[in-house]
Amino acid sequence: MSKVATPEKIKAEVKDLNFHYSAFHALKSVNFPVYEKKVTALIGPSGCGKSTLLRSFNRMHDLYPGNRYEGEIRLHPDNTNLLASDVDPIEVRMRISMVFQKPNPFPKSIYENVAYGLRVRGENSRALLDEKVEQALRGASLWDEVKDRLNDLGANLSGGQQQRLCIARALATDPEIILFDEPTSALDPIATANIEELVTELKDKVTILIVTHNMQQAARVSDYTAYMYLGELIEFGVTDQMFVKPQKKQTEDYITGRFG
Amino acid sequence: MDNVMLREGGVVMGASTSDRLKKKRLRNLRESFIESLLFLAAFVSVVTTVGIVYILVSESLNFFAEVPLVDFLTDTQWTPLFADAHFGIMVLISGTLTSAGVALAVALPLGTIIAIYLSEFATFSVREAAKPVLELLGGVPTIVFGYFALIVVTPALQKIFPSLPGFNILSAGLVMGVMIIPYVASLAEDAMRAVPMSLREGSYAMGATRLQTALRVVLPAAISGVASAYVLAISRAVGETMILTVAAGSQPLLTFNPADSAMTLASYIAGVSMGDLPHDSIGYKTIFAAGLTLMLMTLALNIFGHWLRKRYREVY
Repeated sequence: MSKVATPEKIKAEVKDLNFHYSAFHALKSVNFPVYEKKVTALIGPSGCGKSTLLRSFNRMHDLYPGNRYEGEIRLHPDNTNLLASDVDPIEVRMRISMVFQKPNPFPKSIYENVAYGLRVRGENSRALLDEKVEQALRGASLWDEVKDRLNDLGANLSGGQQQRLCIARALATDPEIILFDEPTSALDPIATANIEELVTELKDKVTILIVTHNMQQAARVSDYTAYMYLGELIEFGVTDQMFVKPQKKQTEDYITGRFG
Repeated sequence: MDNVMLREGGVVMGASTSDRLKKKRLRNLRESFIESLLFLAAFVSVVTTVGIVYILVSESLNFFAEVPLVDFLTDTQWTPLFADAHFGIMVLISGTLTSAGVALAVALPLGTIIAIYLSEFATFSVREAAKPVLELLGGVPTIVFGYFALIVVTPALQKIFPSLPGFNILSAGLVMGVMIIPYVASLAEDAMRAVPMSLREGSYAMGATRLQTALRVVLPAAISGVASAYVLAISRAVGETMILTVAAGSQPLLTFNPADSAMTLASYIAGVSMGDLPHDSIGYKTIFAAGLTLMLMTLALNIFGHWLRKRYREVY
């Protein structure tokens, strides 16, 4: 608990966020802060809206028709409302990258997978790409395993390596926030441990939001936890406190496994 | 007493067992009947193929008994029905390749663009409206396309190129290309739509635009399906008969110039077989030699397509 003694810098703020999938009201007046260079876990039972909330941060919902946001997600230091209709989702995604549930490497070489984000930004200088790719692969603890076969297909790696490749891909563009959507649900226990360790290391450099339905994982990797249920944020707080002494009965029931 | 019981028990048991056996026999009979029916259906197509290959090869052997293979492959004239007969198959192959080339230059790029549009850009309602129309285009009889080329497209092209002959490869090839577009578009679109959404999301999440996602992620991921669409289009172009018979003329020229009139393997076969050639004449035998050549070309394409599918299967 000592680690939160000093006041934290706020990286982003969710303010009165409501989200609708056509007629379905999926997020109901959600409010909470995201602290800079900390890991915030979003937990809750299936269908509670935690992934929906995560995907609002990089405007993934814009890809499908009929979705509607109300409210704000303010990104600091510039206080941009990520959800404003005049904010280009592509610009948002250039600042906030994402790692998905199932590893989804592109049908390209390891090198090109990592370079993808820079390439779509028009970066074609080989020297710069080489440097960034190496840096990102080192950041994702994958460099030593793949440095001699950067031209192999990304799909030829093992599941855990593929997920680290996706993390490297997300890191290569120097994002301010990385969103993890249940990043270990398709992985074996050893690969899961590797990813968790990586997440803990990454928070020195970048702000992290992670959706998980593995309670132990939330307890292990996160500094803050948000518990959600049926589209509402029930409780938000410091992870250590929340797992020891939750404020709400509902949170306690979920954390102790009495339901969910 | 004991004995009777035993016997009774034995009888009862025996009856029930034989009852079950009977039922099973009936079911097996029905199953094997259906099985043999299915086998027969599959067998018919195999037998047909084998029969076609047998006829083509045996009749071609008769042909090659009279015309040396070297002449067949190297002669630059194809005049089997003339007094001074020449049998240079390259003449027909050049016509086939040129007309197919023109058609593919139209069908592959346009088909791919349509597939990308329908799969990645069009809204649901546009796609639902456009696909049946596209497939309708594929259902137009080729004879209609042939006369469309001859009566509409050729005069239009002659306004641009006044020296263009009335029968030419260009017009026939262009129309053939339009005919093939639906095959390419439909198959390539299926392949692209089969690419998992998670790959697209991965690309969008990196800040890619729709076009970047379509060209850099979806198309490469669908490459094996798109390649088989291309191979089918090539086979279709090589084997197309009616459009060329009607619109490309019947002059056997060794040419790769689309502005010329030319004869292809398929249109030669169609043209000659409509006449009344005696069965043992050399002209009759050329039909089979040309047919065998055509079959070998499409076979090679199919094998290539099969190899492509295997080589690039499941990269995502």
